[in-house]
Amino acid sequence: MSVKTSNYNISTKDELIPDGIRRLFPALHQKINGKPLIYFDNAATTQKPIQVIDAIEQYYKNYNANIHRGVHTLADKATDSFEQTRSNIRSFINASSDEEIILTYGTTDSINLVSQSFGKKFIKEGDDIIISAMEHHSNIVPWQMVCEERGANLRIIPITDNGELIFEEFENLLSHKTKLVSVVHVSNSLGTINPIDQIIKKAHLVGAKVMIDGAQAAAHLPIDVQELDCDFYAFSSHKMFGPTGVGVLFGKKEILNEMPPYRGGGEMISQVTFEKTLYNNLPFKFEAGTPNIADVIGLKFATDFICELTKKRILNHEKFLLAYAQKMLGEIEGLRIIGNAQKKLGVVSFIIEDIHSFDIGVMLDAGGIAIRTGHHCTQPLMNRFGIEGTARASFSVYNTYQEIDTLVESLKKIVKIKRK
Amino acid sequence: MSEKSINQIQDEIIEEFSILGNDMESIIFYIMELGNKLDPLDDKYKVDSNLIKGCQSKVWLTADVEDHTLIMKADSNTDITRGLISLLIRTLSGQQLDDIIKSDLYFIEKIGMHKVIGSQRSNGLAAMIKQIKLYALAYKTKLESLS
Repeated sequence: MSVKTSNYNISTKDELIPDGIRRLFPALHQKINGKPLIYFDNAATTQKPIQVIDAIEQYYKNYNANIHRGVHTLADKATDSFEQTRSNIRSFINASSDEEIILTYGTTDSINLVSQSFGKKFIKEGDDIIISAMEHHSNIVPWQMVCEERGANLRIIPITDNGELIFEEFENLLSHKTKLVSVVHVSNSLGTINPIDQIIKKAHLVGAKVMIDGAQAAAHLPIDVQELDCDFYAFSSHKMFGPTGVGVLFGKKEILNEMPPYRGGGEMISQVTFEKTLYNNLPFKFEAGTPNIADVIGLKFATDFICELTKKRILNHEKFLLAYAQKMLGEIEGLRIIGNAQKKLGVVSFIIEDIHSFDIGVMLDAGGIAIRTGHHCTQPLMNRFGIEGTARASFSVYNTYQEIDTLVESLKKIVKIKRK
Repeated sequence: MSEKSINQIQDEIIEEFSILGNDMESIIFYIMELGNKLDPLDDKYKVDSNLIKGCQSKVWLTADVEDHTLIMKADSNTDITRGLISLLIRTLSGQQLDDIIKSDLYFIEKIGMHKVIGSQRSNGLAAMIKQIKLYALAYKTKLESLS
């Protein structure tokens, strides 16, 4: 590969060097409406480093071929690269084997796989599925669908005004009827880091399985699925510097083996006759059809990048950005931060009195600042806080204190004009 | 009834916006100011039957006919959308039904509005214009059936 990150000054022993990191991200070097782009929409998707972009290009230029079936050289090379990503992901989350890593099309797809397949096999009438009040729609709707189909009940863990799960309420919801608990590791709207280790332990005591939506955690927090002992863990490539259209589902082998296939087609079979089909082994049983090969290959370079930066340095950098942003935003008249959990990641959701988040988003964009506005696909959570939506700035490894200063100055200007 | 024609008003708007140049912040802030100046719609009219579908932010629009002209009032829950509506109201409210039905709102492109509002929100603007023309057409049909 042509790009060597060692040629870029991306970190010291303890800290990231955002200016060096930024050189790896072509999309960051542009002007929006005549102003340098400030990208604070990382919880929606991160920008992509050049080595990821190059990897995709190299695949199409040099070894484009379908995987697993071909006997020719290109097919071998493509298969090896594809499977290398699976191995990298296995190591990235410390799963015990590659068979436990299902490559999907995103977190939503991973959750749908579990809800449909696990649901079909294990959820019966009168069973309970527990989720929390801070879930993304993709960790609500698939379970609603299963509940409707199977006659099961969806139970919701409430949250505090600070945006933290009320653990006692969760414990009260648990019973012998609980078959599955599916909660978000880190809230996309609030930044709250949930105590998933405790949730998993408690749920296992009543025999329930636990799925973790790790979409917002994968690029930031160390993940060790064996230590966590979770049954399923899902995340998306595109929120961790990788390409879109690729996701990961970790599942414990013994449970995945029990689950029926989610989609039928090529690749997921071992033998097909018109009378009966025998399914392939893990992980292929759940990977029907030609996958998104190029982007899966790209994901390997994204995980390599994160490993090189190290989660420790990433967390440290984002922790300081978050603290600085919260302090500076606190100085703005009428601004209220939504989500003040003690443990939170680099996400600041806020509302400003009398100014709609839509207006904030459009006005910031006019100054080259990209944030997210609206309900962030968490409408029940917005209802919980009695608001329509928020403005959300979310940080990544390439963001700087100066960018936060510009955001704060722009917001002050907006407030001043509005109050005029 | 409006003293100026639709096209005269459109030309005025184009001239006003030309002073702002290409600076997007100035354009957005100006639209916001226009939104702030729009008379707010009484809450009793902010009902679902007056909501325009297709807009990301909420837009309520009411229309009455007076002497073959369409009198409109509108509001939104966001300042920028309210600013956009104010331009439509300024251009079309008080105009003859026929003129509204036949109108070509070229000022939207001339002042670079699609760039300002982006492709996702352009749909909302198109929905507003469509709704206004539908009102004009409905009233015209009603008046013709009565005469």
